This record gives sequence, structure tokens and C-alpha cells, in this order.
Amino acid sequence: MRAPSSELPLVLDRILFKAGVATILNHLSLTIAPGAPTVIVGPNGSGKTTLLRLCMGLIAPTDGNITWGGRRQASMARRAIVFQRPVMLRRSTAANVAYALAKADVHHSHRAARVDQLLARVGLFDMAQRAARSLSGGEQQRLALARALARDPELLLLDEPTASLDPASTRRVEEIILVAAQSGIKIVMASHDLGQVRRIAGDVVFLARGALCEHSSADNFLNRPTMPEAAAFLRGDLVI
Amino acid sequence: MQNRFLSLALSLGLGAATLVAPAAAQEKSIIVASTTSTQDSGLFGYLLPLFNAKTGIDVKVIAQGTGQALDTARRGDADVVFVHAKAQEERFIAEGFGVRRFDVMYNDFVLVGPISDPAGITGSKDVSAALTTIQAKAAPFVSRGDKSGTHFAELALWKDAGIDIAAAKGPWYREIGQGMGAALNIANAMNGYVLSDRATWLSFKNRGNLVIVVEGDRRMFNQYGVILVNPGKYPSVKKELGQSFVDWLISPEGQGVIANYKIDGQQLFFPNAEKKAS
Amino acid sequence: MPSGERFSGGAKINFFSAWDLVVSGNPTLMAIVRLSLAVSLTAAVIAGAVGMPLGASLALTRFPGRATLIVLCNAMMGLPPVVVGLAVYLLLSRSGPLGAMGILFTPAAMIVAQTILIVPIIAALTRQTVEDLWSEYSDELNSMEVGPVGRVATLLWDARYSLMTTLLAGFGRAIAEVGAVMIVGGNIDGFTRTMTTSIALETSKGDLPLAMGLGLVLICIVLAINAAAWVARLWSERQAG
Repeated sequence: MRAPSSELPLVLDRILFKAGVATILNHLSLTIAPGAPTVIVGPNGSGKTTLLRLCMGLIAPTDGNITWGGRRQASMARRAIVFQRPVMLRRSTAANVAYALAKADVHHSHRAARVDQLLARVGLFDMAQRAARSLSGGEQQRLALARALARDPELLLLDEPTASLDPASTRRVEEIILVAAQSGIKIVMASHDLGQVRRIAGDVVFLARGALCEHSSADNFLNRPTMPEAAAFLRGDLVI
Repeated sequence: MQNRFLSLALSLGLGAATLVAPAAAQEKSIIVASTTSTQDSGLFGYLLPLFNAKTGIDVKVIAQGTGQALDTARRGDADVVFVHAKAQEERFIAEGFGVRRFDVMYNDFVLVGPISDPAGITGSKDVSAALTTIQAKAAPFVSRGDKSGTHFAELALWKDAGIDIAAAKGPWYREIGQGMGAALNIANAMNGYVLSDRATWLSFKNRGNLVIVVEGDRRMFNQYGVILVNPGKYPSVKKELGQSFVDWLISPEGQGVIANYKIDGQQLFFPNAEKKAS
Repeated sequence: MPSGERFSGGAKINFFSAWDLVVSGNPTLMAIVRLSLAVSLTAAVIAGAVGMPLGASLALTRFPGRATLIVLCNAMMGLPPVVVGLAVYLLLSRSGPLGAMGILFTPAAMIVAQTILIVPIIAALTRQTVEDLWSEYSDELNSMEVGPVGRVATLLWDARYSLMTTLLAGFGRAIAEVGAVMIVGGNIDGFTRTMTTSIALETSKGDLPLAMGLGLVLICIVLAINAAAWVARLWSERQAG
């Protein structure tokens, strides 16, 4: 068993991120505290994916500081991420989960039971022996969630996990996310689906052109947006 | 899944290794560096099983040109050399690489050429005259060019004919740097003349329109000798086993076996070990 | 023990005599086929075990001189077998640095030469395959905190179908080459004679139809092995995706 270590609060302090000459994130400061899911909203190219990758620690900012629970170079041990298009390893559904467990240092003798548990949790128990790459898009997304949950995270980062799914699949994924949130995992999720924000978000971070426009409770964001960009986004105008 | 795949790969590797292992584990064997003519003519195929039956010694033959065979032995990679270029063999002894040289057998070289005979030398008994004509008419001639016993013999014949081939050669003289078989294949393809040892010629299957044009000149004599590589130079040389092969070849029994080897009733090699060793 | 047996009994040779030898299970031919397969398969397996992790490491690490090494590795795919044979010969010769091993003119020497010949092919092709796969996998593996060794293992495993083709390319090169095995094996009857050195020998004996027939037998064997690998791939792909 890993010693419990707090990833939270996750604090981003004046983060600048540049890819070549392009500025992706422009002096963004943000604190993510324990509690209900945080949903990052914003148009394509607003920097959502980059922000999540920074939060995971996969990339380092060009300038500025990130701290997890007050520590700068915390290990990734209690964090997990699900990408918009997760990569399925060329092996069975069960083996994909077992792989994640192994990499999270779960002892060999516990793995089989944990695999069954996790697959049951995401509703893939009957698909355990199917080749992961033969699963449907929704099933693959749920398998990616199982792999992420295998890391027993405190902080779970999700990059538009339902972006290309039909309503039925979206619903199943959201159920898993809500159950995870209720179990005490801090969810930080990117989305540009306002319905999803309504169903899931505790607080909302609104990004536009690499800058943080608004960070408020879901209720305030949806009903009383303060920034014109957020209001335009909510109206359904094209925000670039 | 992963384990199954790995075990498959592993068993494949092990299986292959066990296939190789028994061959490598053979004992009582010697390596003889010899010439293509002794091997390609089938002499070894006939003679070695008889030697093996008597002594239990497995003889592994590396068939190369005489020059190359002697070089192989010079590096210590053979126990015995069995070749046919007396001058080269004597130099090999003089350099200290060989213990002692024994005459084993002889046959002769033949000048082979196309049946159309562009140089008009068919039936001649005078190889010097024939070569002079070939050079004068610039008829295509294939030279081994590989420092083999046959190549050395060919060079000596040009010299005997009073021709400095290094200076006289032109496009008609093709040095191919390959073995006897390749030389015959090429001569056949280009309607050229070529010097061959009789044994290889008799056992050669792709003669096409090639025939013997000159034979029976005493200068076309082809002597084979056998030498044990000097164990003083290379301790790895299998002295006893190698010596017993040499002894057997020049013994009445070995000589009898050589005399008995025939293709289509024709004797290929003539034992002459009774001559004094040089 | 030298078999001393000739392929043909002096009877009229025709183009199909090699095929007759196969059908009748001629022991000399069977031994030659076995040796060819044993030597080249062993070389391919060893070269795979060495070349694949090497290629994968080259794909995943960044160090000064890496580009040079990649170009070198790619260029060495075209190593002339004779040159490799000669180098191994000089190495293993009694008067060479490894002469004491006494493995010149044995199947072991042939395996060494063929392994050297195909390691660059396997390493270079693996490097390209793994590098392409890494661009797809990097985020996922990094977020699972997979270390350098785990990365190599995972990418090699997930690239296994492409790498199977890589391995077959190496095996194909090994079993088809004649220059290296001829020099380091010596084409000893019943001991180091392979399909390709047999073909060279029969050609030099002027038995062109038999040489061609043996060539066709060799091609059939290579074809059979590739077909078997293909079936194995289909089966395995159905199992694991």
C-alpha cells in the first residue's frame, strides 16, 4: 500500500507555456481544491489539453510554478489522466488493466482481483478477454478510465472523455466519473459540452485564447457569467 | 499471451541450437585444406568414408584453390593440406608452416576448347604451340586468375611457350578469379579455351560444346602433394590424427583406393607415392 | 561424418531431380536443409534478441552522436556478406584474436557471421517501427510512469506484428546469403554445407539444373516459413488485437 499523499491543492502560479513562438497558455493562475469536479470549458485551441498535461506533470511550463499539495516535483503516483483518444495496448482488456496495475506497483498477487473489480466498475467485466483494440469507442474510453482508476488516484484528469461518443456511451462514462467523484477522487475534466457541465461540474474554469477568463461555481458560471466571453460562449456564439 | 509468445521464440531458438550442437560436438576430426579438383571430381566422396571406416577419423574438407588452401593453413586453420602446386608447397615448407611434403598422386591437365576450334589446334600434342597459336589469333582464353594450382600451371605453360602473358594479354585473355567449375562454365558460354585438370573435366556436367583440344603433353603433368601443418607453429594442429591421414594416403592401401576411383570406367588419379618425399 | 553421398547417382540429370530428392527424403539433402534452417533461424533469433532492444533503445534515447549511429545502422543493412564473412574469418582464425575458441569452419562460426550480418537490419527496422509507435504511446506510457526498460519492452511487444516482419527480413537475408557462410563455414560436406553453398558448389560442378532445382527448394522453404509466420500472426492478432 502506498502512503497516502495529498496531491491537493493543485496550484498553478502564473503559468506561461509556449510551443515554439506560439503562446498556448498566458500567465495563468489557478488553484484546484478538493471537492466536486472541476470542469475546464473553452473553445478548441483555448489551451485545455495543455493545461491538463501540465496538471499531470507530463510537460513543464515555460515559466511559472506548479505545486501539488505544496510540493513542486511531486511524483505522479496519485494522479491519473485519460486522454481524448486513449491508446489501447495491443493485448486483452484485462491485460490493459493489469498493465496499469503493474506500473502502479500493485503486487502481482493482488492484481487479478483488482482487474476484476476495476472491469466491473466500468462495466467491462464480460469483455475481459476481448482484444482491447476491438472494443467500441465508448468501451475503449471506459477501459481507459479503468486503467486510470487502477492507479488509485487522488486527482483524475480527463480530456474531453466523451467528445466523440453517442449519448448512451456518454451517459455510462459520466456515471463512472460521478461515482469516482463521490468516492473522493478529485476530477478535473475538459469539456465543451454545456449539458455535461450542468450534470457534472462543481466549479468551472473558462479558458479563452490561453488565458483564464473565469473561475466560479457551476451555478454562477451557468446563470451569472461575469465575463463577456463566457456569456457569449453560453449563448452559443462562436467564441474564438 | 506474452508468455506463450516468448516461450515459442525461446523453444525455437533452443531447437535450432540443439540441431547445431550434435554436429559441433563431433570428436576425432581433422580439417584438410584441399583443392576444388579433389572434391568436385568426387575423389574425397569415395575415399574419405573408407578412411573413416578404418580409423574413425572424420575428415572435413575445405575445397579452395591451392594458393588459398595454403594460406588457410598458414593461418593455422587446417591440419593438413592436400594440393597441387609443387613450387608453392615447397615454399610453404621452407617458411616453416609444413612438416614434410609427400607426393600422393598425379593426373594431367587438358586444354579444353569449343568444338568449332577457332584457333585450329585440335589434336595437337604440343601445348606450347597451341598456346602460341591462341595468342597469335587472339582466340578467347579463360584464365582462373585465382592463384590456384591450375592457375600456376597455366602461367608456367605460357612461360614455357616463350610468352610473357602479363605483357601479351589482351581482351581475349579473361582472368576470372574463380574456381575450375566457374572457369569451365564461362569458357562454355563464350566459346573460349581453358586449361583444366582432367578430373574436374571428366566430372563436369555442363560441358556444352566444349571438348579436349590438347592433351598428352608431358608438360601438362599435374602432381598432388600432402603436407601436415607444422604443430610447432600452431599447437592447435591435430598432429596424430593429421599424420595418420597423411600416412594412410601414401600407404599401399590408400594408394590402391586412389587407383580404384573411376568415373565411367576412366581412372582419374594415378597414385605415385613410392617416389621419395621431397 | 562426411556422407560422401552424391546427390545424383550418375543417372540422367533433369531439372526435377532436386524435387525427387525432396520427395524421396534424400538424407543428404534433408541434413543440408536442416543445417540451413538451424543456422539461419538461430542467427535470426539471436539477432532479434540483440537487435530489437538495441533498435528500440536507439529510438527512445537521445544522446550526442545518435543521428550518426542511426545513419550508420541504416547503412550497415547493406553490409556485403563476403566482407562480414572475411572479418569473422580473420577474427576466428587460429592466428586471429579469437582463434583459441576453435570454432572456425563450424556451424557456430556461420551463426556468428549471419548474426552480425542481420543485427543492423533488425536494429534499423526496429528503430523506425518503435520510434513511430512511441509518438503514439508516449503520453499514455509517461502518464503511467513507465520507466525506460518498461518502455522498450512495451513498445517491442505492441509492435510485435511489424517486428515479426522485421525478423523475417533478417532471416530471409541470412538463409539467402552465401558469401559469409562459404568463407567461415568452408562448405564442408555433411558438416557446414548449406542450401546456398550447395547451390554454389553444384554450379561450379556444372550441374546447373540440379543447382537451379536446389534453388527452387530453398525458395519453397523460405515461402513455407513466411506462410507459417503469417498464419501465426493472424491467429495471434485474433487473440490480442
